[in-house]
Amino acid sequence: MAKIIYIDHAGTERPIEVKTGLTVMEGAIKHNVPGIDADCGGACACATCHVYVDPDWMDKVGSASAMEESMLDFAEGVQPNSRLSCQIKVTDALDGLKVTTPESQH
Amino acid sequence: MHVNDADVLKAAKREMRVSDPTLVHIVIVGAGHAGGAVAAFLRQYGFAGPITLIGEEPIPPYQRPPLSKAWLKGEADAESLMLRPDSFYAENAIALRLDTRVERLDRGAKTVVLHGGEAISYDILILATGRRARRIPLPGIDLNGVLELRTAADADRLKAALSRPQSGPGKRLAVIGGGYIGLEAAASARALGAEAVVIEKEPRVLARVACEALSTFFQDYHRQHGVIFELGAGVEAIEGENGQAVGVRLTGGRLIEADAVLVGVGAVANDELAKDAGLECDNGILVDLAAQTADPAIYAIGDCSRRPLPHYERIGHLESVPNALEQAKQAAAHITGRAPPPHEVPWFWSDQYDLKLQIAGLPHDATQILIRGEPTAVQGAARFAVFHLTADNRVQAVEAINAAPEFMAGRQLITSRKPVAPDKLRDMSVSMKEVAA
Repeated sequence: MAKIIYIDHAGTERPIEVKTGLTVMEGAIKHNVPGIDADCGGACACATCHVYVDPDWMDKVGSASAMEESMLDFAEGVQPNSRLSCQIKVTDALDGLKVTTPESQH
Repeated sequence: MHVNDADVLKAAKREMRVSDPTLVHIVIVGAGHAGGAVAAFLRQYGFAGPITLIGEEPIPPYQRPPLSKAWLKGEADAESLMLRPDSFYAENAIALRLDTRVERLDRGAKTVVLHGGEAISYDILILATGRRARRIPLPGIDLNGVLELRTAADADRLKAALSRPQSGPGKRLAVIGGGYIGLEAAASARALGAEAVVIEKEPRVLARVACEALSTFFQDYHRQHGVIFELGAGVEAIEGENGQAVGVRLTGGRLIEADAVLVGVGAVANDELAKDAGLECDNGILVDLAAQTADPAIYAIGDCSRRPLPHYERIGHLESVPNALEQAKQAAAHITGRAPPPHEVPWFWSDQYDLKLQIAGLPHDATQILIRGEPTAVQGAARFAVFHLTADNRVQAVEAINAAPEFMAGRQLITSRKPVAPDKLRDMSVSMKEVAA
């Protein structure tokens, strides 16, 4: 388990214990965290699980694949710390990770 | 003030919106992706009344798309298939009635009647009954080893039929129907070490849903992975021995031997509950953009519905997870009095081998096909997109193979209705950012 802190657009924090091995997206869906849609269920096909990774965690989270980069290129409100949460696997090293959801996934 | 029928209807619909939500009982029939999602969105949007979610299958809502892909290949476990943990439903006061079939809808009494006779009262009913595999009246269709693929139980049966015995030759799968399900199952069968033969009555696969270039590409790619195609082939019967299917008899007499036969020839809406209760249906329950039927107390969402397609100024049905989620949001927003969600461009995806197919839009009213990149089936190098344009160069749909920028930009262009320059769109050296700018 690792604690992932999901922060919504308005700033409300939702700390969730997510099983390691799941993705940050799956942790959100399984606990009904608003703001992450994940239309494609984690296939990196839709960019509806877009999150902003807390800058302090960027290194630990790692970098996006080429596929993810090109999906993000066309997502709304992209910032340098944008990631698709279906592509971030939860590990013990990510205990305490903070991600913020954008205003809209579309 | 002049009051007409439309105003009366609107007022009735407003009336249905929740004034004291704790007194309203919402019953959802169908515990698939749409049914599970609408229950979750209702809670997210603050609905505090009782919710009952009734499902015919024995397990809580799960993801169907992996059934023909990762699940079939053994790359996903049962837990990852589930949309939410079992504890979610109790924690969110969603009464889950699984293994339960609704037989009848009584709109007058506002009840649904279960198999066995129990009646459950509703204030608001959400039908999320999905579709079922189309059955074809073929001799031999009831033999053991003749399978369909809609549910987790179907996928387990298919997986068992394909698993290679400890010793001896691999199994052979015959697929009747060269649609997406059939192609995905064929690809997964190959990954499992089974042989796969796809039988299609049209001269090409995906004939109903894709252009010729894309069909040819998929056929070539599958052939390179050892899939055999019987195109333009009619099926006379499924042959059996001792009650077990042993092959598919083609028109003309040839027998395609197989250990299992998967029938994937489309799906029909489970709209009988609504139809028998007098709601308008046409291979799908007719709804508006709030997912509401003509009865203001009844909504229909997901595969079972027939809905307005705002980008295309017509109605139709969409069989996809994004549509299930969009309509779940429409219904949940309408019931809780929230602003309606934005209209979404319909989209679909499929994974076969190392190919990621992403489709945005529908090719309605398109008069030209423009291909960006080369649709040649070279392993590891396939990357192209097929754009469907109107006569005035507006994008109606895009089918993208390993081409995420084309898919994402295409989706934006379908929404913006901005005409594109065909020369730029055709030219891979011009980025999609520039094309869409």
